[in-house]
Amino acid sequence: MSLDLPLTVPLRWAAHGRTGDKGNRANISVIAWHPALYPLLLEQVSEAAVARCFAARQPSRVTRHALPTLHALNFVLDEVLDGGVNDALNLDSHGKTLAFALLDLPLQVPADLRACLKIPPAPAGVPSG
Amino acid sequence: MSPSLLVGCAAGFSGDRTDAARPVVDTLLARGGPACLIFETLAERTLALAQLARAVNPDAGYEPLLDEMLRPVLADCLAHGIPVVGNFGAANPRAAARRVLALAAEVGARRPRVAVVEGDDLSAPGHRALLLQALREAGTPLGPARGGPAPGGAAARPGGPDGDGIASANAYLGAEGIARALRAGADVVVTGRVADPSLTVGPALAHFGWADDDWDRLARATMAGHLLECGAQVSGGYYADPGFKDVPDLAHVGFPIAEIDADGGCVVFKADATGGRVDEHTVKEQLLYELHDPAAYLTPDVVADISAATVEQVGPGRVRLAGVRGHPRPASLKALVFRRTGWLAEGEISYAGPGAEARARLAARVLRERWGERPDEAGTLRLDLLGVCSVFGDDAGRALAASPAGDARDVRLRVATRQPTRAAAERLAREVTALYTCGPAGGGGVRTALRERLGSLACLVPRGQVPARVEFLS
Repeated sequence: MSLDLPLTVPLRWAAHGRTGDKGNRANISVIAWHPALYPLLLEQVSEAAVARCFAARQPSRVTRHALPTLHALNFVLDEVLDGGVNDALNLDSHGKTLAFALLDLPLQVPADLRACLKIPPAPAGVPSG
Repeated sequence: MSPSLLVGCAAGFSGDRTDAARPVVDTLLARGGPACLIFETLAERTLALAQLARAVNPDAGYEPLLDEMLRPVLADCLAHGIPVVGNFGAANPRAAARRVLALAAEVGARRPRVAVVEGDDLSAPGHRALLLQALREAGTPLGPARGGPAPGGAAARPGGPDGDGIASANAYLGAEGIARALRAGADVVVTGRVADPSLTVGPALAHFGWADDDWDRLARATMAGHLLECGAQVSGGYYADPGFKDVPDLAHVGFPIAEIDADGGCVVFKADATGGRVDEHTVKEQLLYELHDPAAYLTPDVVADISAATVEQVGPGRVRLAGVRGHPRPASLKALVFRRTGWLAEGEISYAGPGAEARARLAARVLRERWGERPDEAGTLRLDLLGVCSVFGDDAGRALAASPAGDARDVRLRVATRQPTRAAAERLAREVTALYTCGPAGGGGVRTALRERLGSLACLVPRGQVPARVEFLS
């Protein structure tokens, strides 16, 4: 593979994030590891992409807030928690685990930004040694 | 100009680590200068559970770990003039305050001046008209409690004097009551429901003497409080992701301290000689935690705006938050009402080894089929296969149905249902237990659980109708 081709990597290599909840609404932050990666997040991690990622949960609305000075996005997902912490049947009634569903989203990264990525020592999911 | 104020946070939820406070206080003492210690112990649900506890025992209803949290540090805080501010009063601030007085005597400290901040509790009959009006305006008028009285006489139990199932109702008070208590010389301030950041804004207001419409400064202190309010979540807790986000000595993660300046700006660091990490990324994650519109973070004290905020590492383990702006506070206060809404039943059974996933999926089909055969009693049956598809799934089972049948070798089937009555909920436990002898081969480790459900409703109440009351315990 030529080094000049864009890479397809999990979002987790380019950003990190955390879920928060209030009632039946969740927010998920997506924070670039490097300022140079922020434009890729803006371009590819759209409201539609996030809605697709959580399609099974049928959020009534997905809103994206951009935070350019923090190189971060904040997604607000309405009615995504099957009722929320006090009503949901989900084992994770807060939806605390959801950020890691989003961090699996494939992201296209130009080869010249490879150095800005957080690349794990061994391929993700493969035990080393 | 007033010197900076150090605010250390020693708890981020009810049940947080009770050994967190000691290193925080040691660090505050080593730095010297004005300081305050806060405990945040009230998640949304915690107050409803506390009201239920108080209904059983009039001396209960405050943070059950209060003793364990305070005992290691109370004497030092009192000896060195570090006020303690906590919402550990929960549903019974006076009982908590009495416990603090007794605890001070037990540890041989001087008798503290303990203030309670009240006014948040709207569950008494006197507030019912205000509450019902607010719920109507929120579009969630209160009907009769779902399912009616449960066997055992739910209506006779406390919390629902009108049979409406209300277990708790609390307004989110702001910082003003805390500031008033501190200005009047409180050593310990015990509150019920206040907005989490107000635990930090209160001490800052009292220390710097800001005007209560100094929106920018209030907003900056509010975001400092937001960074602190979940304890270790800003200092390496809830952050580690091996290979991506490594955190040193997570087992001894340190709790955070904010150094707040006279303009409300802050630098965050953590307790000395602890594990964890504070860097640009840990701070950004917590800054955006439970935040919706970054331009309008609503609190009782101010509307904070972080849309142009910056986070910058200013030294090893020291991060500055800047660029926060403030707008006038909302005219209303948020209130949260919890109602008894029936019962939650859960059951689990494990399958392992060859064919485990196929056997677990068969068990799921058996439960689904039997459940559907009595549709009058049914209600949603949630199915999860732990190890295959669970927490990312949905109540309707769309994600599970879409997951290809694989060969997972260690699978736990979990089912859950909400039912109006205890008797209906108990049927699920029986169905899961019967999988031992009537279900697929090799199922083991059945566990079932039953608990009362508490549903929440949010509404807005006019600020003028829920004033904070401050009183010193004599």
